Amino acid sequence: MKRTGSQILLESLLQEEVDTVFGYPGGTVINIYNDLLDYPIKHILTRHEQAAVHSADGYARATGKVGVAIATSGPGATNTVTGIATAYMDSIPMVVITGQVPTPLIGNDAFQEADIVGITRSITKHNYLVKDVRDLSRIVKQAFYIARTGRPGPVLIDLPKDVQLATTEFAYPESVELRGYKPTISGNVRQVEKAAKMIMAARRPVLYVGGGATASDAGKDLIAFAELLQTPVVTTLMGMAAFPTGHPLSLGMLGMHGTYYANMAVTNSDLLIAIGARFDDRVTGRVAAFAPKAKIVHIDIDPTSIKKNVRVDLPIVGELRDVIGKISSKLQEDKDQIAALSEHTAPWRSQIDSWRAQYPMTYKSSDKVIKPQYVIEKIRELTREDAIIATEVGQHQMWTAQFFNFCHPRTFLTSGGLGTMGFGLPAALGAQVACPDRQVIDISGDGSFQMNSQELATLVQYKLPVKIAILNNNFLGMVRQWQQLFFDRRYSQTPLDVPIDFVKLAEAYGATGLLADKPDQVESVIRKALDTPGPVLMEFRVDREENVMPMVPAGAAIDEMVLAS
Amino acid sequence: MASHEAKHTISVLVENEFGVLTRVAGLFSGRGFNIESLSVAPTLDDSISRMTIVTSGDERILEQITKQLNKLIDTIKVIDFTDSEYVEREMALIKVQATEDTRAEVLRIVDIFRGNVVDVTARSYTMEITGAPSKIKAVIDLLKPIGIQEIVRSGPVVLGRGAKGWNG
Repeated sequence: MKRTGSQILLESLLQEEVDTVFGYPGGTVINIYNDLLDYPIKHILTRHEQAAVHSADGYARATGKVGVAIATSGPGATNTVTGIATAYMDSIPMVVITGQVPTPLIGNDAFQEADIVGITRSITKHNYLVKDVRDLSRIVKQAFYIARTGRPGPVLIDLPKDVQLATTEFAYPESVELRGYKPTISGNVRQVEKAAKMIMAARRPVLYVGGGATASDAGKDLIAFAELLQTPVVTTLMGMAAFPTGHPLSLGMLGMHGTYYANMAVTNSDLLIAIGARFDDRVTGRVAAFAPKAKIVHIDIDPTSIKKNVRVDLPIVGELRDVIGKISSKLQEDKDQIAALSEHTAPWRSQIDSWRAQYPMTYKSSDKVIKPQYVIEKIRELTREDAIIATEVGQHQMWTAQFFNFCHPRTFLTSGGLGTMGFGLPAALGAQVACPDRQVIDISGDGSFQMNSQELATLVQYKLPVKIAILNNNFLGMVRQWQQLFFDRRYSQTPLDVPIDFVKLAEAYGATGLLADKPDQVESVIRKALDTPGPVLMEFRVDREENVMPMVPAGAAIDEMVLAS
Repeated sequence: MASHEAKHTISVLVENEFGVLTRVAGLFSGRGFNIESLSVAPTLDDSISRMTIVTSGDERILEQITKQLNKLIDTIKVIDFTDSEYVEREMALIKVQATEDTRAEVLRIVDIFRGNVVDVTARSYTMEITGAPSKIKAVIDLLKPIGIQEIVRSGPVVLGRGAKGWNG
């Protein structure tokens, strides 16, 4: 039976076991939306295409499945750009489908035409313009395969309207043939043996874990590996939940707003084992002074991440679980060796413990004004262990990373690489769609929240019980902090001086709004929010000029931290 | 410093598909890599194109360039000729003023460099010169004083020495 391009697209999505898509209709996708009514695929209508993509991203981060978003041509497509770039920087598997003007009109500056394949070339893992309906099922198959394998990432399919209407026989390919794309899965045995030797020789080893650990679902393997080696673990923002913060070997986050002891451990280590991390500048500080005494082993599935920013003594390309497993087996061939290793590194662990005791992660509490860190701690205390936390970008994001003890992988959804304000609310929305029975919280600032606040409507429409916690300081707080510390308190364009009534805003959309402006109200507001069905917005009026500390100033080494302002 | 910023020649075999040239060119511009020249044409298998790219940078940059090229889905193979023996040829078409006084001189130069005259008018010769880029440069230096009207260079293409070849 012949089918149209739009039917073939939807059939292909079914073949990929897609049950939910996020999107926004328009002229060049109207046929897809018409056919969608006949398919068992749930569509979530966001109120902005950027939010559709962030929602698909949140869906993917929470589940590990490929997120799918649909937008129309022109402005619909260009609105997806920030969402796609966010997913690309954080290696999130996603397929974005955009409508395009009919092929004979491409290049003619037609109504709602934009060269979205050209625009997204550098922010997608790959992208396609479908010119012939006979290529469509193969392209969809390839797109999903590319999105989810190797180092995951977003793939865009641009589908002109006439191709959606053209007909052909539908047959979904059984396998993918891509001669230019063969990710290395299995770690090289000789490199693994070298790594085992370096580990045995180390006296001050540190595991440095990044987002790759989440992408490859290597959480359990990592815990076993760290415990086997008795090696302290530092994580990046993206790696946070992959290794439980409460674990005795966890030193929390490293880098610009990392813990004192994480940064001291890295700076003084003699062996740094990077696992699915990419030595971002927010992690390394001044590169020349980063881990100066350490030999560096770098395990990553993406060869381009290795030796991009820092020297590496031993690169191992491969899937993390495979490589970690192989190193563990190699080490376990000699039980005495393992015991000796733990003994050799005991002084190192006690050194780290004394750093931890010297400058623990802390803040000055207050009974007069709400400290933002206190709100984060209370949310942790009152939510379930498997609650999913999304954030926007800025101070609240860093406080969440610092003070929220993450217990399970895929419970912390945050824009690490691109740093996209407005990410959290739609990402929480997508996660709640994926996990209807879990608690999903968006921790936000008053600045970020206003970048996608329209998604309150989507939460209400689909009865998604996302709880939003706005830490309102009436500032673009992180920029204000920099202006305070490095620009002599000249607060240029960072005060958000219009006092928005967020409670009323929530109510206007049909959600519940709650306000706390005194510390003793924090707990009751959180409890009430968690007990209230449907979406709830909590506004916490917090200490306006609280800073995120410790902080590594730009250009400084990570052990040159400012500990308190 | 200059010695580290050496020139490198890389061949890239890519899917002969829509947009692939932009992907490669965009990769270079987006990541701040240099392209000194780039030439591209289909291979024996017309589903594959071969690009020859001359770039410059230190060892670390060159490693990133080859890795990033390999990462493109449309890239089938990247061959870096830095540490291997290879033959390199470039072609130039050069249109030179040829007045009565200079015609003989121009022909002599063409002859010395084993070039061919491919178009003649009463006032000009257009010649074809093939060779290593250094040879092309030598010809240009000699012809400049006589008066070059127009010039086009293909950019170098290279092939590894020896019997072994990449099948394509």
